[in-house]
Amino acid sequence: MAVSVNEAVSTGPGRDHTPSTRRRGGRGRSVLEVALLTVLAVVMLFPVLWMIETSIKENRDVYAIPAKFFDFKVTLDHFKDVFAASGGGRSALSVSFLNSVVVAGVSTALATVLGVPAAWAYSRFSVKAKKDQLFFILSTRFMPPVVVVIPIFLMYRQLGLIDNKLGLILIYTAFNVPFTIWMMKGFVDEVPAEYEDAAMLDGYTRLQAFWKFTLPLLLPGIAATAVFALIFSWNEFVFAIFLTSSDSVRTAPPAIAGLIGGTTVDWGLVAAASVVFALPVLVFAYLVRKHLVAGVTLGAVRR
Amino acid sequence: MSESAPLTIDQPGQVASATPPAPGRSRRLSDRWLAGAFISPALLLLLAMSVFPLLWALYLSFTDYSATRGGPAHFVWFENYTAILTSAQVHLRALTTLIYVVGAVALQTVLGFSIAYLISRRTHGRGVLTTLFLVPMMLSPVVVGLFWRFMLDAQFGVINSMLGSLGLGQVEWLTQQGTALLSLIVVDTWQWTPFIMLIALAGLTAVPKYLYEAASIDRASEWFRFRTITLPLVWPLLLIAVLFRAIEAFRLFDLVYILTSGGPGVSTETLSFHVYKVAFLGFNTGTASAYGILMVLVVLVLTQLYLRYLNKLKED
Repeated sequence: MAVSVNEAVSTGPGRDHTPSTRRRGGRGRSVLEVALLTVLAVVMLFPVLWMIETSIKENRDVYAIPAKFFDFKVTLDHFKDVFAASGGGRSALSVSFLNSVVVAGVSTALATVLGVPAAWAYSRFSVKAKKDQLFFILSTRFMPPVVVVIPIFLMYRQLGLIDNKLGLILIYTAFNVPFTIWMMKGFVDEVPAEYEDAAMLDGYTRLQAFWKFTLPLLLPGIAATAVFALIFSWNEFVFAIFLTSSDSVRTAPPAIAGLIGGTTVDWGLVAAASVVFALPVLVFAYLVRKHLVAGVTLGAVRR
Repeated sequence: MSESAPLTIDQPGQVASATPPAPGRSRRLSDRWLAGAFISPALLLLLAMSVFPLLWALYLSFTDYSATRGGPAHFVWFENYTAILTSAQVHLRALTTLIYVVGAVALQTVLGFSIAYLISRRTHGRGVLTTLFLVPMMLSPVVVGLFWRFMLDAQFGVINSMLGSLGLGQVEWLTQQGTALLSLIVVDTWQWTPFIMLIALAGLTAVPKYLYEAASIDRASEWFRFRTITLPLVWPLLLIAVLFRAIEAFRLFDLVYILTSGGPGVSTETLSFHVYKVAFLGFNTGTASAYGILMVLVVLVLTQLYLRYLNKLKED
C-alpha cells in the first residue's frame, strides 16, 4: 500500500485524464468537485481559524453579538497572560507548559531507549511466540485509560507517586513503548539483515554490528517515532487530570481545561493558551508527515 | 594437465579455512541472550504498568473495596458483576455509547472517504489539501473540546451567531437533552474525519492505474468502476481504519469530560464517563473495577477483530 502524503502528491496525473471522463461533461463535474472540496476545507478549518482569531481579539470583541469576523481590534494581551501572572512573575499556565515539556520529553526518551532495542530484537531474532507477544504489546495500548487509571491510582497512592512528575513519566512511557516497538519494527524490517551478517563476518559481535551499522540507518525512523511519542504524551489528558493536582506538577492539558472552572470564562485566554499548546504539535506533525499513516495507526498500517 | 589437478583440489580446503571454526552454536546462544536482554526491559515495564494494574483491578472487582473508606476488602464474588449487568443505569449508558460510537464512526467514514475520493481525483494541490485537512486530527482533545464548547455556547457562540444572521433560531447545543449527544458526535466527527481520509487516501492511491485503464477500454461506467475496482481494493484498509476508530470512540473520555461532563442529566454519559463517576465520585472502587474489567473485555474483543483484519491485510 502506498502510504505517505508525499507519495499521494507525487503520483502525477490522476484519473481525470482517461478519455471517458473527458468525453462527457468532465469539465463541469471537475468544477463542482473543486467547489465541494473548498466548502469542506473551509468547514474543517473554520474552528482552527476562529480559535486563532479569538486569541488575538480584545475581550470586548470576543463576546460581541453578533460575532465579529473581520473588524476587530488586534491585541496580544491574551498571549501575555498565558506566560506572565497578573501580579508579575510566571503564570501557573507557563509552569504547566514547562512541566509538559519535561514529562513528554523524558517519557519519550525512555520509551525510545526501551522500545528501539526491543523492536530490533523482534525483527531480527526468532523469539518464542513472537506474534502473540507483539499482539499483547499492542493490546496494552488499547486499554481504556479511565479503567487503567483506577488501579494505577491505588498503586501510586501506595508508592507516593500521586501528584508527582515521575508517576506521569512512568505511565506515559508505558503507553509509548508499545507504539515505539510497533513503529520501529517496521523501520528495522526495512534495513537488510545482511548488513549485520557482513559486519559479523568482519569480526564484529552482533551487538557491535547493531550499534555501528544498523542504528545509524535507523536514526530517521527513530526521530519520526520519537516525534509521534512526543505528540501523544504532550496531548494526553486522562492520566494527567487524575494523577496530578498541584500547579507545580500539573501538565498543560489539565491546566488549560482548568481555565473553564469558574463562573465566567476568559475565552480569549483559553484560545491563546490553546494556540500556544497546539502550535508545536502542528509543526512536529508537519515534520513527520511522511510517516503519518503509520504514526496514527500506532505503527500497524504501512506499505 | 597433471599440474593443474592439485590446484582444483586445493581450493575447497582454502575456502573452508577462511571461515571461523564452528560459529553456529555459540552465536545462536549469544543471540538468544541478546534478544532477551533487549526485549525484557520493555516487557517488564508493560507488565508492571499495564498487566499488574489490570490484575489488581480484577481482584478488586470481586470485592467491596472503597478507596476512601479504606479498611480490608471483603470478597463479594460476582455481586459487582451481576449488579452492573442488571443495572438499568448501565444499560442506558451502553445505549448512549452505542449511539455515539455508531453515529460518529459512520459519519466519519462517509465524510472521510468522500474527501479522500475527491482529493485523489485532483491532479494539483493534493499535498496542500491533504495537509490542511489533517490539522484537526493532530489537536489535543482538550483543545478541541474547549474550543467547540466556546463555539457552541448558546450566548456568545459563533455557531448560534451565524444561525442568527441567517434568520434561524438559537439552539442550546450543549445544554439540551436532544442536541448534546448530537453535538458530541459532530465534534468527534470534525476531529477524526481526517483520520479516515488519510487512510482511505493511502488506499486510493495504491489502486493500480492499469485497472482503470482496462476498464475504460471496456467502456465501463464510472459507477461500475467505483463499485468493482475502487471499493473492493480500498475496503480492507478502510475497515482497519473504521475498527481503529470504533475502539478509540468506545474508550473515549476526555471529549465528554470537557464538552458536556455527561450532561444535561445523563444524556451524554458514555460508559467511560460512567466508570469515572462510579470510581472517583462515588468511590465504589470494587464496582468500578468490575465495570472496568467488563469494558476491557469489550476492547479486547474489538482489538482481536482489528488485529485479525490487520493480519489478513498484511498477508495479501
